[in-house]
Amino acid sequence: MTPLLAVRDLVKHYKGGGLFGRSAPVVRAVDGVSFEVARGETLALVGESGCGKSSVGRTILRLQEPTSGQALYEGVDVFSLDRTALRQLRRRMQIIFQDPYSSLNPRMSAGAAIAEGLEIHRLAARSEIPGRVAALLEEVGLDPTYTKRYPHEFSGGQRQRIGIARALAVQPSFIVCDEPVSALDVSVQAQVLNLLSDLQRQRGLSYLFIAHDLAVVRQIAHRIAVMYLGRIVEEGPTDQILSFPRHPYTVALLSAVPEPDPSASRNRIVLSGDLPSPSNPPPGCPFHSRCFHPQKNARCSTEVPTLRPVAGTVAACHYAESTPTVAELSIAGVR
Amino acid sequence: MTAAFDVLQSAWRNPRGRTGALILLIVTIAALFGPVLLPDPLAQPDVLDASRPPGLGHPFGTDQLSRDVLARVVSGGRISLSVAFLAVGLSVTLGAAVGLVSGYWGGAVDALLMRIVDGALAIPRLFILLLVLAVWERVPVLALILLIGATGWFATSRLVRGEVLRIREEGYVRAAEVLGARRHRIIFRHLLPNALGPLLVAATLGVGDVILLEAGLSFLGLGIQPPTPSWGGMILDSREVMISAPWAGIFPGLAIVITVLAANLFGDALRDAVDPRSA
Amino acid sequence: MTTVLEVNNLRVSFPGPAHSRFCPVDGVSFSLQRGETLALVGESGCGKSLTSLALLQLIPAPGRIESGSGIRLGDTDVLALKGEALRRIRGRRIGMIFQDPMTSLNPVFTVEAQITEGILAHFRISKAEARDRALQLLQEVGIPDPGERLKAYPHQLSGGMRQRVMIAIALSAEPEILVADEPTTALDVTVQAQILEVLDDLRARRGMAVLLITHDLGIVAGRADRVAVMYAGQIVEEASTPRLFASPSHPYTQGLFASVPRITGPLQRLNPIRGSVPAASAWPTGCRFRPRCPKAFDRSEVEPPLLPVGPDHRMRCWLAEQTKETGHG
Repeated sequence: MTPLLAVRDLVKHYKGGGLFGRSAPVVRAVDGVSFEVARGETLALVGESGCGKSSVGRTILRLQEPTSGQALYEGVDVFSLDRTALRQLRRRMQIIFQDPYSSLNPRMSAGAAIAEGLEIHRLAARSEIPGRVAALLEEVGLDPTYTKRYPHEFSGGQRQRIGIARALAVQPSFIVCDEPVSALDVSVQAQVLNLLSDLQRQRGLSYLFIAHDLAVVRQIAHRIAVMYLGRIVEEGPTDQILSFPRHPYTVALLSAVPEPDPSASRNRIVLSGDLPSPSNPPPGCPFHSRCFHPQKNARCSTEVPTLRPVAGTVAACHYAESTPTVAELSIAGVR
Repeated sequence: MTAAFDVLQSAWRNPRGRTGALILLIVTIAALFGPVLLPDPLAQPDVLDASRPPGLGHPFGTDQLSRDVLARVVSGGRISLSVAFLAVGLSVTLGAAVGLVSGYWGGAVDALLMRIVDGALAIPRLFILLLVLAVWERVPVLALILLIGATGWFATSRLVRGEVLRIREEGYVRAAEVLGARRHRIIFRHLLPNALGPLLVAATLGVGDVILLEAGLSFLGLGIQPPTPSWGGMILDSREVMISAPWAGIFPGLAIVITVLAANLFGDALRDAVDPRSA
Repeated sequence: MTTVLEVNNLRVSFPGPAHSRFCPVDGVSFSLQRGETLALVGESGCGKSLTSLALLQLIPAPGRIESGSGIRLGDTDVLALKGEALRRIRGRRIGMIFQDPMTSLNPVFTVEAQITEGILAHFRISKAEARDRALQLLQEVGIPDPGERLKAYPHQLSGGMRQRVMIAIALSAEPEILVADEPTTALDVTVQAQILEVLDDLRARRGMAVLLITHDLGIVAGRADRVAVMYAGQIVEEASTPRLFASPSHPYTQGLFASVPRITGPLQRLNPIRGSVPAASAWPTGCRFRPRCPKAFDRSEVEPPLLPVGPDHRMRCWLAEQTKETGHG
């Protein structure tokens, strides 16, 4: 079966904002990313800020133009479409944003926001729209009588639900969820995560779930791709990535997750240093400057490792086979 | 509910804003309906009535041509306010249109438009107007409105462009794009309504500016042409009788001060409503 | 143990409609011992940040601290202080770091200028001495190449580095208490781990007391000695960290724990608290958690006080009388 979405070698570089033609260094936000998302599946794109995960999501939807690469949606290259064809395709691909405050137009009622997609694609007769909007509000767990209310009358969680209803209105099959719960309080975050899971099951949706929190991702993702400095450094089934990560960066990321359990919190790898600048990535393996792998050597700083299958995941590390686990590291005395 | 409505409501709650708004309202109503009730501002009933001080028959006195000063202030206000409102309406519309196009399309269009605006802003507006009006004698009122309006939109377009650049990055504009919304929908449903507040501020403060500008031009004899009364023109006419009949110049002067002050008070209140940080 | 800070029945009010006032912080009491970390945990709108701002009388107008509130810093009655006397405890006795390291530093001054500012304001020393201290501080918070970093401007530093600078500034006047308001929320997880290490080290080395304000139960575990959970302007549960994590007792705390996704253990569907946090202008009557509480019962219509659940463990719920811990732990 062909995947719903196949992204091939996606590159997005930003030209440095040089004034008066002064050339600033190119920022390699996304530097050759490939992945596939199957029907009904959630792929999580995980990484820290600046790793390029949000740029991937936005580029696939052509909110930004790619520098090169392909994004095949049901075999059609999204990047080659003209405006009219793109507009048609956008019914199928939607997005949910992180910030529940800026994601709704303060001048439009909840009903008008949800109805917008129906109007644009003429998916319902004028007389049917109120009924459809009410049904969507109900589907995302809001009172269907809220249509006339304005965004400022809603809480963050409720706004996020309205954003979800707006995306669902055009009956998409694929949704980019760009950090959809990271701005929400814990109790609300859980509500929205559950809602997204339920909607996926009921509607057979595919998600590209962009997030930085591995614990959140575990709740919803079938597969995880970990990004570092514009590249995917490891990819695999959720269980495998979380229980037996092969890339040192994934190990570090996992160990840094603050777990609400006083006994578990001591096994932490504290990475040294900062994320290198994506306009000036280190040569060789992008992670080598912060890597703690005991076998790290000169090869890591010269030769770029490629993604290759290692014990259940695909990882871009020369020594992925011998990457220590968090537990092994804490025994060895690394904090 | 629109942005403009919220902003107006909030400015109304501000005492200074309410004072300004009420004065503007009174001046506007007087200018609209006053001429119906008062004597003909052009009539010169009796040469013996010239330069009468304020009194019962003529509350503001008469000028040296024995015309009623009150009637002239009121009907001059009609002209001055029409010029101000229409010229500002024109420049705000132009500014909004250019700002929207520039901010939303971006790229070469934006670069070109903004360089034009930069250039235009480098030449003083008064200089352009003086140049044109010095050549164009006895300029008709409509042409004056068009001239003032057409030279007043540059700063507004910058303001609107800035707002558009900010708003277009908001999630809801992105969401509309992903929903497949066409440009006109994005512009008229998402960008414009959310940029209306600052636009309203610019317009209100612009009214005060234009009243002063028109008064200045008329005072120089380049604006509204006699015998049509205008506040600037009346002050010009009163120069010869400044000592013997000062009321002929004081009242139109007061009218200018009060109206401009009211517009600025209201404009400041609107600005506070749009951006509470500037308060 | 020495008590360095004692907050008693703190109430912070803001004007509501028609000359009424409502209290986003409504009767908060806690104490902080020397060398201890107390975590104030809660979701947005629970009043935890206002509580921390009140400690230095930094409540923004038109908010105010209601009379009857007490804040004692050692022997000092903080709420009686004004002007110069108040300024002298800010920074000197209580240091603060905030969530956003991007806006908390002034972009037009160098790191050196911003660190020495606090030192020079509180100590009579020369500029050169202040500079030396700044250098030491940067070393202490783990900034590599501190000599170079002193000359840097904030925009030249990463988020994690800026937060370290913020910590250095907060420490510059050697306060007894460090208030850290969501110090790592804006940072990436790997950087968050670094910053938490730094805070822990400093506390151990300097014997400072830390008031850690956070929404994240994860960073509390293993960092704080005691935890106070806030909901709707009140502390609803308070216990030592191991005890709270072992037996969370207030239905709200239990709900929070059930809402947090975990990285280990069996994968379960999250069990969120229903509804959302009420607005401060409309706290529910009776127990404030009652409208969302799965265990609400008739007594919940009367507001419960903090009741003992076990040794050094209290909660604001009538159920405490039935669910008293049986001396374990």
